[in-house]
Amino acid sequence: MESYLLFESQEPLECAQVPRHYALAAGLKKEGNRVTLFLVQNGVAAARRSLRSDALSQLIDAGVEVLADDFSLRERGMSALRLTAGVKVATIAEALDQFAEGRKALWL
Amino acid sequence: MTKKKLTLVMMDAPFENARTVTGLRLIDAAVRRGHDVTVFAYEGAVALTFARQAPHANAVHGRDAAQEDHPLPKDWIASLMEDAPRHGGRLEWINCGLCVDERGVGEAIPGAKRGSPADLWKAAEASDNTLVIGTR
Repeated sequence: MESYLLFESQEPLECAQVPRHYALAAGLKKEGNRVTLFLVQNGVAAARRSLRSDALSQLIDAGVEVLADDFSLRERGMSALRLTAGVKVATIAEALDQFAEGRKALWL
Repeated sequence: MTKKKLTLVMMDAPFENARTVTGLRLIDAAVRRGHDVTVFAYEGAVALTFARQAPHANAVHGRDAAQEDHPLPKDWIASLMEDAPRHGGRLEWINCGLCVDERGVGEAIPGAKRGSPADLWKAAEASDNTLVIGTR
């Protein structure tokens, strides 16, 4: 089993490739790997509870850890109380720690 | 956590994209953990350490340069370099020499070195992990 850390800095309405990034996370998880999707910058916008939350909910249900950067949330005035269920608020230091522990890290 | 050797690769030019800030935030977190960090900057990112970046006034808002307090990446990077030893680590910054020449930004802040992709390969080989933050 490998461990992956995927940085997602864009949201689906901004970039058509984002759903493919989510599919990559799902695929890596399905292959039995440990996967964290770290949402940062505009990537956190997808974590807002909405009619389009299904994609992240499906990842969470599949066992992907979905983290939302606290700084990016604050920049955008997004409250942690209004995030999709299962999305955890995290600091950049938590992402750094996963990177430092040797996870395969990809900036999507 | 034990001390690690980490390499980050940055590509974006200064003042253009939030990826630069996020990359510097990751470097800051690594420095605070006392890790040894190597940054290889290529393409537009070689201007991040350009010494002649300068703050400017904002005539529209009627503020002078001091009031505007314009943030400069070269100052953030210099501060990170200065901070690293205090936490028991180091921050090595290598600019791709060819990219520097293309852009005429050879006048870098103290501590920023000139290198080549071979230096990136060596850094990645010696590191516990490497992250490439490419332009999108």
